[in-house]
Amino acid sequence: MSILGTRVVRTEDPLFLTRGAVYTDDLTDERLTGALHATFVRSTVAHGTVTEVDASAAREAPGVVAVYTAEDLGDLQPVPPPLPFLDAGFSRPWLVPVGGRVHFVGDLVAVVLTEERYQGEDAAEAVVVDVDPLPAVVGTAAAATDETVLFPEVGTNKVAAFGEPAPDDFFADCEVVVTRAIANQRVAAAPLETRAASAAWGEDGRVTIWCTNQGAQQAKGQIAGWLGLDAEKVHLITPDVGGGFGAKIGADQEYAFVAWLAQQAGRPVRWTESRSENMTGMLQGRAQDQVITIGGDRDGTVKAYSLVVQQDCGAYPRIGTVLPTLTMLMAAAVYDIPKVHAQATCYATNGTSIGAYRGAGRPEATAAAERAMDLFAAEIGMDPADVRRKNFIPAFTEPFTTASGATYDSGDYTAALDRVLEAAGYADLRAEQARRRERGDARQLGIGISAYVEITGADSGHGTSENAELEVHPDGTATVLTGTSPHGQGHATTWAMLASEQLGIPVEKITVLHGDTDRIPDGGGTMGSRSLQQGGAAVHQAAVELVEVARKRAAELLEANPDDLEVDLANAGLSVKGTPGTGITWAQLAADEQLIVQTTFTANAPTFPFGAHVAVVETDVESGKAVVTRLVTVDDAGTIINPLLAEGQRHGGIAQGVGQALLEEILYDEDGNPQTSTFADYPFVSATELPSFELVEMATPTPMNPLGAKGIGEAGTIGSTPAVQSAVVDSVAHLGVRHVDMPATSMRVWKAIREAQKGSTN
Amino acid sequence: MQVSMTVNGQQRTDEVEPRMLLAHHLRDNLGLTATNIGCDSTSCGACTVIVDGLTVKSCTVLALQAEGSEVTTLEGLSTDGELHPVQAAFRSEHGLQCGFCTSGMVMAAVGVLADNPNPTDREVREGLEGNLCRCTGYHNIVQAVLKAAESGPAAGQVPSSKQEVSA
Repeated sequence: MSILGTRVVRTEDPLFLTRGAVYTDDLTDERLTGALHATFVRSTVAHGTVTEVDASAAREAPGVVAVYTAEDLGDLQPVPPPLPFLDAGFSRPWLVPVGGRVHFVGDLVAVVLTEERYQGEDAAEAVVVDVDPLPAVVGTAAAATDETVLFPEVGTNKVAAFGEPAPDDFFADCEVVVTRAIANQRVAAAPLETRAASAAWGEDGRVTIWCTNQGAQQAKGQIAGWLGLDAEKVHLITPDVGGGFGAKIGADQEYAFVAWLAQQAGRPVRWTESRSENMTGMLQGRAQDQVITIGGDRDGTVKAYSLVVQQDCGAYPRIGTVLPTLTMLMAAAVYDIPKVHAQATCYATNGTSIGAYRGAGRPEATAAAERAMDLFAAEIGMDPADVRRKNFIPAFTEPFTTASGATYDSGDYTAALDRVLEAAGYADLRAEQARRRERGDARQLGIGISAYVEITGADSGHGTSENAELEVHPDGTATVLTGTSPHGQGHATTWAMLASEQLGIPVEKITVLHGDTDRIPDGGGTMGSRSLQQGGAAVHQAAVELVEVARKRAAELLEANPDDLEVDLANAGLSVKGTPGTGITWAQLAADEQLIVQTTFTANAPTFPFGAHVAVVETDVESGKAVVTRLVTVDDAGTIINPLLAEGQRHGGIAQGVGQALLEEILYDEDGNPQTSTFADYPFVSATELPSFELVEMATPTPMNPLGAKGIGEAGTIGSTPAVQSAVVDSVAHLGVRHVDMPATSMRVWKAIREAQKGSTN
Repeated sequence: MQVSMTVNGQQRTDEVEPRMLLAHHLRDNLGLTATNIGCDSTSCGACTVIVDGLTVKSCTVLALQAEGSEVTTLEGLSTDGELHPVQAAFRSEHGLQCGFCTSGMVMAAVGVLADNPNPTDREVREGLEGNLCRCTGYHNIVQAVLKAAESGPAAGQVPSSKQEVSA
């Protein structure tokens, strides 16, 4: 029986559950013996000119070995923005010098090295930093005016622009046109493990860097480049990683800084940030202001749709600058709309830099499209499920290109919606809703629907390729090396399943290694839901190739025709056809000569998972508080290799979507001061705010890889966010409310009801 | 200053700064790094351990406050290589992904089950409100706690503690 498709519990877990995983701050590597602790001094002002940095008192503080300010940086050059088309004027200094500008609360001004961890905090507080404040630019609207320009040498806050305005007559043939400004707010990725890095230089002139990251190879290249090091001098290791969600893609400047400091000090250096440091220093997500316009006829046919995005990039533009292009690509969503327009403008602001966050550009597209469909449905008085059905792309098995230019591999959106509505008991829910409305209950029911399609396995810097190395050892165990970078996804288990399927070696005897650039010099890491469909496919391919290598060798040893040999899974080797147990094992072959395969799998194209979610909320119309009572989801990610882990990915994604829809938002005051920089202030979604989820199965294999698998890591978030938002709106729709921005907090819902009751349609 | 406590059944005496947090003492002085630190505001619960039978967030307790106490961390939960019922249930129900919250979540779950050996889904959620997880959406954590409850009273006990456990 195939192991694929079965619920194999994780091989990682026994250690994780008894000794704990080994994260960067847990390392006891002997190369880190005697390490100093780095503590950064960060700007507490969002925008201003540094007038003084006085480290004299800090240098005298207990345990201080060194304090570095901008004057002590030697020939370190500012780090340019990560995209070649961006103005070099957006470069980020290592430490902001006197006379230079700080651009967000959290910008680096100085760094102290101390013998002990606690001494670092004391010494950092003793560094005096004076800043002459400038007006802060908070949000895209303020940035777009250019009244205050963050980088005078650039001359504008506009970082990039994609697309053109829609033609004037874009909606001319529509009976009904609805337009609305909506927010896809700034949120924190908030992996439970904050950022951390350690570095030690060897006598061979090479530096070993340990850091918590989603792709060792990419991070290594960046750090070497920033420090002007020969890439071969850098050995980067990602130990166990405590969550990433996109915010640990690419190196952060602090990581390179730790390596530089270790070189300067001539001693190893460790750095682990605090949560409050993390909440201003780590890449954040979303941060789009959108204007959606949808037009069509009263029979429910949508004829034209426009999405105009203003992207907040934060202080120093990073990868968030190009994520709107994914939003634009996916603008048409699951709909066969004749005309789709999408456009984006990206701005620098005095906030934390924006990067990828679970979904990274696609949740923004889905949220916009689903809000538009709901607004259109409300305007013409049609059930939102019916409007969707009327406009879905019909089921397809051959590639379909949308009006926004994406070519989807396979999909059946109607089936996904029908399945989720049936599982949710849609008709019964509507009936219950009607009863409560009629009674005028304080607790009203809201039903939110979303249908989505997303792009996974797109080129995120490594094409659509991934590598795998597979070796079987003479003792019958095997080792897999992968260029993917698990941080909770369970690749050690799933990759072992894929090798076991071909070789018959038990999963427990297969070790999966990742995240070490000396052992795995090339790899694309784990991001964009690429791992299984590319990295997993590479492991599968390696196992298939290893069988062929073994078959040739075995044929010679057994003096048999290779075609007469077949894989004997029960004996983990090859046998002469029809006589199992008579042949030779992989282990015996490996004892004779190293049995190893290195291979690269390249997918023809990205894949497009899809699904539909139903969220049910109960809203107290007197307080505005909405509680999610049910979440029913169909998430079709093609063939599932390990349902236990795939469901886990869906669960986590769904919860993060609820968090964004109802609770979470990074806020700044008008001076750019973060208002949500601890977990006491930031409403990270907890167990009490969630129901248990109802997952419905659906699997439409993709032809893009031999596994038939699409990405699953981000789907839950993409589907659940708009479903929950819609459910909240729906719960108070009978009171005249048409829209509530995310997060749909009690205050927002309460205000929306009050506004609607004043007579102005919200 | 000197501090003595029993950690996972072993007597430990160390020199600590008066301000040293129990979490840092466990991690940096005793090398027990299963206990993680995920925030600086007593919000996330990743550092939850059991002190004298009570689940506590070890980032909010000074090492000196644990003087003479009996402390159990994740490392002290299994006996003779056999997983504690809560650990076993977290594995079978896929109650962990990245693992960072897991140590605190498991310890908190032991406390929840000590107080309420047969909790409902909602009671588990209320009991774990002080422990944050970003990976699992809590679904499988709740399933794991409910599964562990099927093991009976052992799920709410720690091996080395003489005291009764409570959340």
